[in-house]
Amino acid sequence: MPIVPVTYLSSSTRVMSSWRTSRPVIDYSKCTRCSICWKFCPDVAIDLITDVSLGAPNDRFKALEAPSIDYDHCKGCGICATECPFDAIEMVREEI
Amino acid sequence: MPLTIPREELMLQGHTACAGCGATLSMRYVLKGAGEKSAVAIPACCWAVIPGEFPYTALKVPLIYTTFASAGASISGLREGLDAQGKEDYTVLAFAGDGGTADIGLQGLSAAMERGHNVLYVMYDNEAYMNTGIQRSGSTPYGAWTTTTPVGSKRDYKRENKKVVADLMIAQNVPYVATATIGFPEDLERKVAIAKSIKGPKFIQILSPCPPGWYYNSADTVKISKLAVETKVFPLYEYRDGKLKVYKPAKTLPVSEYLSLQGRFAHLREDEVEEVQKAVDERWESLLKKEQS
Repeated sequence: MPIVPVTYLSSSTRVMSSWRTSRPVIDYSKCTRCSICWKFCPDVAIDLITDVSLGAPNDRFKALEAPSIDYDHCKGCGICATECPFDAIEMVREEI
Repeated sequence: MPLTIPREELMLQGHTACAGCGATLSMRYVLKGAGEKSAVAIPACCWAVIPGEFPYTALKVPLIYTTFASAGASISGLREGLDAQGKEDYTVLAFAGDGGTADIGLQGLSAAMERGHNVLYVMYDNEAYMNTGIQRSGSTPYGAWTTTTPVGSKRDYKRENKKVVADLMIAQNVPYVATATIGFPEDLERKVAIAKSIKGPKFIQILSPCPPGWYYNSADTVKISKLAVETKVFPLYEYRDGKLKVYKPAKTLPVSEYLSLQGRFAHLREDEVEEVQKAVDERWESLLKKEQS
C-alpha cells in the first residue's frame, strides 16, 4: 500500500459553539422526556441523562432520561425548538 | 420513553456541516440502520467536507473519498475486496449527493447495480450542487432558483422537471429501491435495515433539505421534510421483488404549503404554483397506477 493520509482524531474533540447565534434552553417543567429533540438533532448535541433533580411536569417523568444540550457542539439551528411538541425549548439570543 | 431509533451514534458531533443540515441527519439515520460493520464511500459532495478537515473525522466507520463519477465503481471494488477477505458481514455503502448520483455518477451507479454487487447506494438528495454553491443539478425540481438558474428580470428559473433517480433504478429492476426523508427517521432507519438484509444491489434516495440552498430558516429542516411528503411533492415508496408500495399520508396539503416556506420558490406566481400542483398530482396518480399494476 502506498502511504496515504489517514484521519486519526475524532471530530467530537472540537468545540463548535462559536458557530451559534442563539442557544436552545430547555424548560424542564414542561419537558415530558419524549426524546424527539434528541432524535432530530443534526449535530448530535443532545445527550440523554438521568437526573432526578431536574424539574418535570409530573413526578413520574423525573425517573426517565431527560435531554441535555451539549453547548460545545450545538450550532443553534433551532430544529429542537421547532419540533418540541410541548414548547419546552426556547431559542435565546447569544450575547456578544 | 423508549427510543424509536437505535441509540448508538456512529456519526459524531463536531462535524463541519451548516446549522440545520438535512444531509447530516440522513447520515446519522443511515448509519444507525447499517450498523457498526459498515464501510462508506463518499464521492465529491457536501459530505466530502462535513467529516472535517484532516486529521479529523466525524464517522466511526471506515470511509473512503472517491472522485465525483466513481462512487458506484468504488463500492463495487470495496465489496469484492471485503468478500475476498471473507468479510461478508460488512455492509458496503455509497453516500452520494444528487449531483454525484443523478448527473456525474449515473453511469457508475447504473453499472454497479447491473453487475449485481451486494452494495447499498444512498443518494442524499438536496436538489442542487450545494457544496460548490447551489448550482442546478438534474435532481433540482421545476421552478427552483439556483445560482445557474438565477430567475432575475427574465424569470430564468429551472424550467425542467426533476429527474427522479429512484424511478430510474426501478426501471432497471434493482432488487430493492426506496425513497425516504429525514422527517420520518423510523421509516428511514427501517428501510436501511431492510436493504441491509437483502443480498444484492440496493438503492435509497433520501430527500435532505438544505437551509442555505433552499433559502429557509434552519429551524424548519424537519418541518419542510415532513411537508414534502404531506404535499406529495416527494412521495415515499418502496420497490421490492418487482412490487411497488406507495406510502399514503393520512393528511394531504396543497403544494403551496411546501413552496411558500422556501426562498428558492419565492418568485413563483400563483399560476406557476398551480402548474407545480398539477404536475405533482399527475405524478402521484401515475405512481398509484404503477402500484396497482
